[in-house]
Amino acid sequence: MMRSRKRRTFLALAGVATTAALSSAARAQVTRTPLNNMPDVIRKLVGDKPINPGKVKLDLPPLVENGHLVPLTVSVDSPMTADAHVIAIHIFTERNPQPEMATFRLGPRAGRAQVATRVRLADTQNVVAIAQLSDGTFWSDRTHLIVTLAACLEELPA
Amino acid sequence: MANVRIDVPKTARRGDIIEIKTLAAHHMETGFRRTHLGAPIARDIITTFVCLYNGVEVFRADLYPSVSANPFIQFSTVATESGTLEFQWRGDNGFTVTETARITVA
Repeated sequence: MMRSRKRRTFLALAGVATTAALSSAARAQVTRTPLNNMPDVIRKLVGDKPINPGKVKLDLPPLVENGHLVPLTVSVDSPMTADAHVIAIHIFTERNPQPEMATFRLGPRAGRAQVATRVRLADTQNVVAIAQLSDGTFWSDRTHLIVTLAACLEELPA
Repeated sequence: MANVRIDVPKTARRGDIIEIKTLAAHHMETGFRRTHLGAPIARDIITTFVCLYNGVEVFRADLYPSVSANPFIQFSTVATESGTLEFQWRGDNGFTVTETARITVA
């Protein structure tokens, strides 16, 4: 009788301990760099105009080993003539400390609306490209990528 | 002081779209890092890059701390006439570099 009660208590405690351990592990896994104010910044840029999906192609590797140097290519489907061209391509990030990544200002003299650079990524997140066209419309593309080694994390204060 | 590399074709046919690659040596300190004692490290980045084709601006980039160290930028322009391409990098703490390249358009 006594022995069986002990066993019950042990099992109950073990259950509690396991649950606690699992939930803390789960929490550790989802601890993420917080979202920045990207939606506000995008809203400020486009005003009350709609952002259409399409025309823009944002190329980033889906899996990034080193967040310090991530190749980024963005291209826009545009004839790049004096009448119809891309004015600017804005790149935004969701979880870097600052939402703006880069802005490229082009014109009909670019010939082709394609730009490449290299960026830093602080965490697994979405990157957004918004193209501003000469007719006043905005087009966008969004890419999700997984970052295994984040930029900006190597120097935590002692 | 500063070291930059540019890759521009020496010759092109009129109307060709030419590919330009640029690289500037710069550590692009984000301003979000801290020393091991906890003191913030001030931002020191290149903020603007401009390309002028015979004095006319054909490309401009605004850079933020999210751009990697030693910023690489690749873009294109239409070869309209022979002349000079001027590249300017400007940034925090008075950082300014200008580089030029000649192009012959046939």
